[in-house]
Amino acid sequence: MTPRLRRLAPQLLTLIAVIALVTAYFPSFLSVELSDGRLVGSAIDVLKRGAPVALLAVGMTLVIATRGIDLSVGAVMAICGAASAWAITSGYGLAPALAIGLGAGVLCGLWNGLLVAVFGIQPIVATLILMVGGRGIAQMITEGRILTFSHEGFAFFGAGNVLAVPTPIVIWICTGIAFGLLVRRTALGLLIESIGINRPASALAGVNARVLLIAVYVASGLCAAIAGIIVTADIRGADANNVGLWLELDAILAVVIGGTSLLGGRFSIAASLLGALIIQTIDTGILLAGFPSEFNLVIKAGLVVVILVLQSPKLSPQLSRRLKRARGTGAPRDPKEATE
Amino acid sequence: MLLTVRDLTKTFPGTLALDNVRLDLAAGEVHALLGENGAGKSTLIKCLTGVHARDSGHIELDGQPISPTSTHDAQELGIGTVYQEVNLLPNLTVAENLTFGRQPTRLGLVSGRRMRADAEEMLAGYGLDQVNVSRELGSYSVAVQQIVAIARAVALSGKVLILDEPTASLDARETETLFKVVRDLRERGLGIIFISHFLDQVFSLSDRLTVLRNGRHIVTEKTPETNRVELIHHMLGHELVAAEHRHAARKGGANLLSFKGVGRRGKIEPFDLDVRAGEVIGLAGLLGSGRTETADVLFGRTPADQGEATDDAGKLNLSTPRTAIAEGFGYAPEDRKTDGIVADLSVRENIALAFQARRGWANPIPQAEQKRLAEDYIRKLDIRTSSAEKAVGDLSGGNQQKVVLARWLAMNPRFLILDEPTRGIDVGAHAEILKLIGELTDQGMSILLISSEFDELIAASDRIIVVRDRHHVSQLVGEEIDTDRIINAIAARDDAERAMS
Repeated sequence: MTPRLRRLAPQLLTLIAVIALVTAYFPSFLSVELSDGRLVGSAIDVLKRGAPVALLAVGMTLVIATRGIDLSVGAVMAICGAASAWAITSGYGLAPALAIGLGAGVLCGLWNGLLVAVFGIQPIVATLILMVGGRGIAQMITEGRILTFSHEGFAFFGAGNVLAVPTPIVIWICTGIAFGLLVRRTALGLLIESIGINRPASALAGVNARVLLIAVYVASGLCAAIAGIIVTADIRGADANNVGLWLELDAILAVVIGGTSLLGGRFSIAASLLGALIIQTIDTGILLAGFPSEFNLVIKAGLVVVILVLQSPKLSPQLSRRLKRARGTGAPRDPKEATE
Repeated sequence: MLLTVRDLTKTFPGTLALDNVRLDLAAGEVHALLGENGAGKSTLIKCLTGVHARDSGHIELDGQPISPTSTHDAQELGIGTVYQEVNLLPNLTVAENLTFGRQPTRLGLVSGRRMRADAEEMLAGYGLDQVNVSRELGSYSVAVQQIVAIARAVALSGKVLILDEPTASLDARETETLFKVVRDLRERGLGIIFISHFLDQVFSLSDRLTVLRNGRHIVTEKTPETNRVELIHHMLGHELVAAEHRHAARKGGANLLSFKGVGRRGKIEPFDLDVRAGEVIGLAGLLGSGRTETADVLFGRTPADQGEATDDAGKLNLSTPRTAIAEGFGYAPEDRKTDGIVADLSVRENIALAFQARRGWANPIPQAEQKRLAEDYIRKLDIRTSSAEKAVGDLSGGNQQKVVLARWLAMNPRFLILDEPTRGIDVGAHAEILKLIGELTDQGMSILLISSEFDELIAASDRIIVVRDRHHVSQLVGEEIDTDRIINAIAARDDAERAMS
């Protein structure tokens, strides 16, 4: 257990620091109350609003671990939200609507996976196609309108509560745990890391890189679908133009803050989830601290830069070397060093 | 002399890459430059073309001392280079490639018509009449691209042309086309430095040749006045130690695998190979002769496009490494850094990798089992690491090689291919790996051993197959195995070749 805690230490410390900073400006940030049978408070708000980025970060972590990237997740959220909203308004009922939404996400992931793994298109280009086209598909599904509905069963996934905890929080935590168990209790995690670090060597060792690559993009599509359903359910309508807009960038940032290298290899879903929470805490904290809203993006960017520079191996080579030794594994290597 | 190199010395941290090397190149001459890997050929070329600055020595071109500071500078002086991998831009048109960097302009804009006219003029006389200069370079064969690269180099430089393994990716007919171009250029008075691993080509094309070894000038001779055996002795610098043969060829051992007419176009000509249980088959040949290509075809890395492989149970599927592994094959590749180890993964994970891939993702090897496996092989192969959890990239070369071996031994393959298993590792580890090969075959494993070191091949192999120019040309068994015979087989040209079986 200790090696895992050490792996998460930088992210945990950063999260604590960010929370401390926000609390300094807004003392009641951490206070949580029970009202009307549900938990309320700023911290709960962070956990709930952070759900989409947290979910995207789960899938994105796996994709980035293979040395890829998935720019399409924001658009996939829009497609899946629109598809399930369309199903609800067309009277298909709850279960079919969820199935259609999730199925659309899987299809989107399959498309990305095929382009990357079978046709060998660079991931950034392959997923850019769906990033641009996907929002168009979503707009076609909603016929250019905001497709609203009133369906309490469906709205539960965005606005409901499970044992006083908002549903989105339960969903992202469960999804994170499920994926974490899936990759670490099977050999998927090892095989994904292996193709991310050295695909030719892995292929010679018999690792089926093609199938694994498709699988991670499908996982990313599925996570985006869950995120899209939550957002759509929360606002009780599918807004093809704005659902998930730019969220792919927050998701990538969450993974990077989580310490997974864009060069692929070692990954940690838990660290990416902490990264997502750090980003959401900053977002919410800036609002709570009462800065004028036009300051938001600049302050966020500034804090992210500080975090990344503090984590960079250049600035703290000794720290990262110590961490590396503690983990007993290689930190993301300088490519020069790797090839010697 | 057109080009004169004297006392050229170049050091890199820790190595003396060139040690007082000399070279003379006359106008109207094709001068072959020979040597094994690490002999200093590339460094010499890079000093001539301004990629490296020399430490000391003189280079004279047309009697004038020169010190090129960049490839551009060298081109301006008159020295052009064409590499094995065409270093042009395949996504630009032929004309754009030819005129790149000095496109004719009209009113400050590139003039397409004049550019095409210039390009056609540059290509005239190269026998490329069918080439449309407005088409993308990448749409033509590698041979045409090579010739375009030569045309560009000649037009830009015009005195000295350096051809660095230009034929490595060409087939026989394309090579002949290229040679015709080179001979024409020789008639036109260019001095041509020709680097190739194919001795046949050296003998058919060059007027003189120079052999380098370990950064030193060994010999310069007129090509017709030398012969292959002499040349190979010069290149390998053999202190002919009478290596002890490990054991007499085994008569026992049932036939395990049969390859019939297996080959792949442009990689290795079709060959037959029978593998008996528990034998070591050595594969000897010069670099680029088809050794690694044979291994790649057998393991499905570049799958065979003809022939078939069978065992007792019938046909084998060797279309990918995965299927080859399923047939009980293993392969420790030549370049262990890029194709062998997964650097950031731990020793334990690297050892378990092939086994895990074989079991499938849903059936993980329990941690305890992985640990036991890793500890087991760390002990058996004496892998020097502080722990099984250390990243493999942090180990020394010899220990990395042992980790790759352990990965395959954990699979208990029936046929294991080892491509240069002892390259770049220290003497101690070297002996251990050879000892291991003996033990494995005693347990019934069959091994294909590829090595540049004849002593090693002789010590370990039951029989040795010699490859030359992408053909399996000869087989030496038992008492026939010695260094001289191997060198003769590598050197032999149209001599009566021994039948393959």
